[in-house]
Amino acid sequence: MFPKGTKRKFSDSGEDPVCSGVQGPSASSAAARTLSSSYSLQRQSLLDMSLIKLQLCHMLVEPNLCRSVLIANTVRQIQEEMTQDGTWQIMTQALAAAQCPADRLVATEVLCRQTDAAAQAGQSPKPFSVSDLEEGYHSEEVVMDGDVETEVTMSSLSPVSPQLSSASYLAGPFGVAPCWEEEEEEGDCEEDEEEDSEECVSEGEEGEQDHLRADSRTGEQVFGTFEIKHPAPPPDPALEELFSDVDPSYYDLDTVLTGMQSTPKMGPYDLLESLSSHGPTALSSTSSCRSDLNELDHIMEIIVGS
Amino acid sequence: MGEDAESPKINHTFLRDYVTEADVISTVEFNQTGDLLATGDKGGRVVIFQRETELKGESEETGEVGDSGEYNVYSTFQSHEPDFDYLKSLEIEEKINKIRWLPQQNAAHFLLSTNDKTVKLWKVSERDKRPEGYNLKDEEGRIKDVSTITSLRVPVLKPTDLMVEVRPRRVFANGHTYHINSISVNSDGETYLSADDLRINMWHLDITDRSFNIVDIKPANMEDLTEVITAAEFHPHHCHLFVYSSSKGTLRLCDMRASALCDKHTKLFEEPEDPGSRSFFSEIISSVSDVKFSHSGRYLLTRDYLTAKVWDLNMDKGPVETYQVHEYLRSKLCSLYENDCIFDKFECVWNSSDSVIMTGAYNSFFRMFDRETGRGVTLEAWRENSKPRAVLRTRRVYTGGKRRRGDVGVDSLDFTKKILHMAWHPAENIIAIAATNNLYIFQDRVNPDAQTQ
Repeated sequence: MFPKGTKRKFSDSGEDPVCSGVQGPSASSAAARTLSSSYSLQRQSLLDMSLIKLQLCHMLVEPNLCRSVLIANTVRQIQEEMTQDGTWQIMTQALAAAQCPADRLVATEVLCRQTDAAAQAGQSPKPFSVSDLEEGYHSEEVVMDGDVETEVTMSSLSPVSPQLSSASYLAGPFGVAPCWEEEEEEGDCEEDEEEDSEECVSEGEEGEQDHLRADSRTGEQVFGTFEIKHPAPPPDPALEELFSDVDPSYYDLDTVLTGMQSTPKMGPYDLLESLSSHGPTALSSTSSCRSDLNELDHIMEIIVGS
Repeated sequence: MGEDAESPKINHTFLRDYVTEADVISTVEFNQTGDLLATGDKGGRVVIFQRETELKGESEETGEVGDSGEYNVYSTFQSHEPDFDYLKSLEIEEKINKIRWLPQQNAAHFLLSTNDKTVKLWKVSERDKRPEGYNLKDEEGRIKDVSTITSLRVPVLKPTDLMVEVRPRRVFANGHTYHINSISVNSDGETYLSADDLRINMWHLDITDRSFNIVDIKPANMEDLTEVITAAEFHPHHCHLFVYSSSKGTLRLCDMRASALCDKHTKLFEEPEDPGSRSFFSEIISSVSDVKFSHSGRYLLTRDYLTAKVWDLNMDKGPVETYQVHEYLRSKLCSLYENDCIFDKFECVWNSSDSVIMTGAYNSFFRMFDRETGRGVTLEAWRENSKPRAVLRTRRVYTGGKRRRGDVGVDSLDFTKKILHMAWHPAENIIAIAATNNLYIFQDRVNPDAQTQ
């Protein structure tokens, strides 16, 4: 519910370019002009919000189909626009370059940022922090320098440097410099990855900054987007566990839209509160997150058309 | 409906919302004469109000004869119960989505009430007499000993306390896979339609085990689904015509004589999009939440998130009139999307002469627009700010310029207080406004009868 006289949320401050009727980039102008950073930011946050909303539909009562359809259409619209801008291709190329669980990664990243927000109540204003290493699921990191995947990625990125600035704002509107600090929090099973990621941060950041003309935040933000990491060479028991009990019905957009699933998810208002407030509140269930990202992954696959 | 003894100093709002969730009114409807007003709530109950017809003291003095305008509770009954779909493991809410009265044919009244899945026909009848003087039974109903009967008599009807009986007469179940959003009684008096997100069925009032599917927009692959049905209504005079609205802002007029399945519309009403105001929310705010034929049958009234539009059935290129309900929310769409308010479904209504339209907004405000002048007025349904029989003063949302006393700033609007459901008396200027769990009835004392155009 929208409380009376509430403070303007972050999304409000950046909402004007998107919401007050700024011309969406037409096909002709997309190439010509550089995407305004706040517009991309806003668009990305809208995309994230929409994906969250689709996930939160699964309550005990059948979700409102009209609402789900409208949100899904919004997601498609954003995706189409991002495809026109080329930002979507960058994201999917990065995903394609990574190893198999990578196709889950956009979903992971998107959803986990919210989870992160909630779980790290102590961290100040990074509701969309990039790290998603907690809760035992893998993320693959795009290593921007000196790596096979990196080269693939960089080769696609470098000739289109003007677009990099937009790519950098692809998914991490709120990620700022100290985002990697949070990795230290998730001790449990991800120590290898943490170290990798920390190393890679420095490498990557440097690599990024070579290419970016925008402000220094963009480096982290690109990482925020493509936080894909190499899985440890032996099959990770956490990963196995993660995918072991996947229900195939989650992959069906139909089920998402019509709410066939009855798995209780976290309360809708918990996440919305964490989205809207600067002080993230703690989220409860992690298992629902895992199943969520499978669903989300499938939605993204459909939208991407892969 | 829920009487809240609310101290002005202590804010019981959160408590009220928690405790009386089931009392939230979800639909309001006058019958064809306006003597009865039915409300349905989230708890599956229907409350019927009846208009007082007794002459009041002051009316007698002035020599007026007529209704006092007061509505009092006539009957309350539980229409729907919470249900469970075992196949999908999902609850079926008992919330009454719509109530529609049937035209009266005898002493009894009939109404249709529906929740997400099931439509029910209820018979509301009065009993104010009972037979007395049976030969074989005594006053308590016990069988008499035949040997004690010495003479015969004819039982007579004696007046008794008024009793209102409500009985379910038909249950129209298993007709819908998706959630029913509309029901509409046909002018033929025999059929009605029920619409869910993807399909519209036509039923005969006497037949419960079969319905006729007249619109089906379900795609073969649900992943291709991009549009749903949001409202539907039969034409008030032509029993073969009906209209349905969609989440993409289109209206489709269908003629049932053209084909059995009316997937192909007879007329498509769509307003071309204004490219200058395109945003990511354009589609969402264009979704039509309610559609109503005018009493004349010539016009359609639709409500989308920010506007109310009047369409001429003879012109499908666009609406003939557009009224801005709360344009000041356009810059807030992102926040409203975030808190889901952008998906609120506001209803809209015509007055009896089709000269005024009315719809709800936030902060307990509702808006009336005079079609003749094009001007709109904002009124408030909030008990704290008005006493019974007080004159409603108009309100204003401050959007710039000179600020007047009493203006409400956009950021001070309470988005939890939404006026979604309302009804206008079919003949007089009496309106019923549902504000969460309270029902407000307003009457125009200056012009009690609708002015004919």
